[in-house]
Amino acid sequence: MKTFLTTLCLLALPALPAAETAAPLAIFGETLHTLAGPAIKDGLVLVRDGRVTYAGPAAGRAVPADHRVLRAKVVTPGLIDARATAGLSGILNQPQDQDMLDRSAPLQPELRAIDAYNARDPLVAWVRSFGVTTLNTGHAPGSLVSGQTMIVRTAGHSVEEDVINPAAMIAVSLGGSAVNRAEGPPGGAAKSPGTRAKAVAMLRAELIKAQEYARKREAKDETKRPARDLRLETLARGLDGSQRFLVTAHRQQDILAALRLAREFNLRIVLDGCADAPLVLEEIKASGFPVILHPTMARASEDTENLAMDTAARLAATGIPFTFQSGYEGYVPKTRVILFEAALAAARGLGFERALAAITLDAARILGIDARTGSLADGKDADLALFEGDPFEYTTHVTTTVVAGRVFADGPR
Amino acid sequence: MPPRLLAALVAALLAAGAAAAQEKPLAFTGARIIPIAGQPVDNGILVVQGGRILAVGAAASTAIPAGAEVRDARGKVIMPGLVDSHSHIGGASGADGASPVQPDVRVLDAIDVRHASIQKAQAGGITTVNVMPGSGHLISGQTLYLKLRDGRVIDDLLIRLSDGSTAGGLKMANGTNSIRTPGGPFPGSRAKSAALVREQFVKAQEYKARRERAGNDPEKLPPRDLALEMLVEVLEGRRIVQHHTHRHDDILTVLRLQKEFGFKVVLHHVSEAAKVAAEIAASGVPASVIILDSPGGKLEARDFALENCAALERAGAEVGLHTDDSVTDSRLFFRSAALAVRAGMTRDAALRAVTIANARMLGLETRVGTLEPGKDADFILLSGDPLSVYTEVEQTWVDGVKVFDLANPADRLYARGGPGAGDSRRAVLCCFGSAWDIIAAANGGAGQ
Repeated sequence: MKTFLTTLCLLALPALPAAETAAPLAIFGETLHTLAGPAIKDGLVLVRDGRVTYAGPAAGRAVPADHRVLRAKVVTPGLIDARATAGLSGILNQPQDQDMLDRSAPLQPELRAIDAYNARDPLVAWVRSFGVTTLNTGHAPGSLVSGQTMIVRTAGHSVEEDVINPAAMIAVSLGGSAVNRAEGPPGGAAKSPGTRAKAVAMLRAELIKAQEYARKREAKDETKRPARDLRLETLARGLDGSQRFLVTAHRQQDILAALRLAREFNLRIVLDGCADAPLVLEEIKASGFPVILHPTMARASEDTENLAMDTAARLAATGIPFTFQSGYEGYVPKTRVILFEAALAAARGLGFERALAAITLDAARILGIDARTGSLADGKDADLALFEGDPFEYTTHVTTTVVAGRVFADGPR
Repeated sequence: MPPRLLAALVAALLAAGAAAAQEKPLAFTGARIIPIAGQPVDNGILVVQGGRILAVGAAASTAIPAGAEVRDARGKVIMPGLVDSHSHIGGASGADGASPVQPDVRVLDAIDVRHASIQKAQAGGITTVNVMPGSGHLISGQTLYLKLRDGRVIDDLLIRLSDGSTAGGLKMANGTNSIRTPGGPFPGSRAKSAALVREQFVKAQEYKARRERAGNDPEKLPPRDLALEMLVEVLEGRRIVQHHTHRHDDILTVLRLQKEFGFKVVLHHVSEAAKVAAEIAASGVPASVIILDSPGGKLEARDFALENCAALERAGAEVGLHTDDSVTDSRLFFRSAALAVRAGMTRDAALRAVTIANARMLGLETRVGTLEPGKDADFILLSGDPLSVYTEVEQTWVDGVKVFDLANPADRLYARGGPGAGDSRRAVLCCFGSAWDIIAAANGGAGQ
């Protein structure tokens, strides 16, 4: 009877994501791309307690009896989507599941991604089924400062369990999407910013306010300190470099405005989008800032009308660190898949090796998480993607995704 | 005549000559040819002349006519030009917000043949396309089937049917897009949507009957009604309904109305096709499927499945694919076929789905969609396997005229993107015909 009751209880439990318990793993890859070194023929990755304990040639390496064996033609580190809104921009695209943008004010750096992320939105599982193990997700482009992003695993249980960095970047948008071109109400003023120049002026004013706030908060006399202000506090973290600014800028004048702001306030920024990057390659290179490039298949219109499928190749040739993104989508497809975006770039001049590095190790470096993921080596998180052939071929399935040692086989994708 | 203008005229005539279908036979040799009609051949020959296919087949059994210009296509793959059964290129528009039923509105009156999206479709190997108005209406207007020739005006791209009429379909939609709340004249529910459509077709049946009763007596003929005339064309099977429908119940509603009124229809998008694949197959109605990178984005696409094509193929339905450009990019139409294969469709069916299956859905299968003698000389040269991400469309030919060449920097810009790729095609080098173009060229300008 007890067994029967236990069974009943188990049946009554809500269905968990298609993950299995984190048994130790032995993953054989006919080709193993560790990204820590050259590709290995007949490679092996051993995993225990969510960490890699060995990544190298399989030859001469004993597999402990308690390890579950997985095999694949090609094994890579788990893919990293460096700029997403998955988990905030829900699958239904109805007002009640769209949490990536609040338009009540143009500057809202205090909005945190962890307070909105739905780990169980089907689109999180969807991108995971295409090998994605890590997201930098959060507030979308579309207002001057829309909020923050966070770095999260795609295990899909809860934000608390999956989060890696709860406050990764502060999302800033320059250019068309953040400029309100609408007329104001009759006799009233239109909402600001209404032009590009106004947007930058508003941002500069706010950053200066945050500088002053930060200085006053340091006052020795506690009574002289200003009251806490979540908005300025967040910007102050950006100013002291503990949180970076993720600046969406497509037009070359917007990219240059971002670099100008970075110089004025000594900011650490990551450039996002950059459809016009080929027009200002030297300036971007000189700044030293990395680029999270628009999806290769993004639609070319308005601010992105100049985008090209071979921009990634040009960034690579110039020596600019970059990665890809799924970005924000307002209609269908509701999310893009970075595996596909990198694949097309690989085929349009970037090449296999650079494209794979872009969505693994390079993405990890740009997000500042390369000590734990983005490559396969002893001690790293066990984030892996298993493929039945060339990962970038349209017809190659992802067979399994491993997130911190948990095996997800969502069916061949 | 000033010498410069004379020179420009001569240049224009030369350019016009280059753009016309060759009188001399043109033979491509050494290519892998995938004719769609029949098995691929590895060392194949394609011969075209006067805008038609003269011969196609294995090198051993295909003669090259005397005097033919021979081009070496070793290492290339040659296929029929792609047929896209659902696209919105050319900046076209259809019905407005006045009513949910506007069959009288024509895409023909609203399309820009120099629009960059048309150049990009050529770069993707698309040679025939169904340009549709949107899906925000139950009936949003007359669609237009185009050949993607390099045209100066829309007439240059039209397809003329044997009765002299212009080829096109009728766009209809059900589900969420055509429902508006508060609705005004628009439906607020699915049942109301179907009722409004049935009401229109009943009216059209009566209109048709009155016209037939009147015979040739002008006194008895009902007053002309552009909307009902169009629906009569549909009732008579002279025009195919191209029907947006996503959810499984919406798909069944289309099949129900098709049975009631007997019109020819193609199901478009069919995000939930896998749920009713058997019913679709049993109806004999073909389905043109959209491939998306993820489900959702709208309620009726929540259960979108990459497996739809495979499920329909297994059930025995006729399956096409479409770009729905700009929902997916015309330059990447092969990608949809490849992703359908990734999700279980056979390679052969996937290649048919971007060629002959779509040609049938437009009623153009005797002219396009396969490489067969007598058919239009619409073909593409690829760098490799059509379903590989690493393959590129290198040349696109329509009616025996090359309209896209990756080696040409101006064409390459449209293929790859970059500054200027969003601009309309310029008049120079493509479409002389007005004195203004020629004078502009003579002055070193760029035409319009």
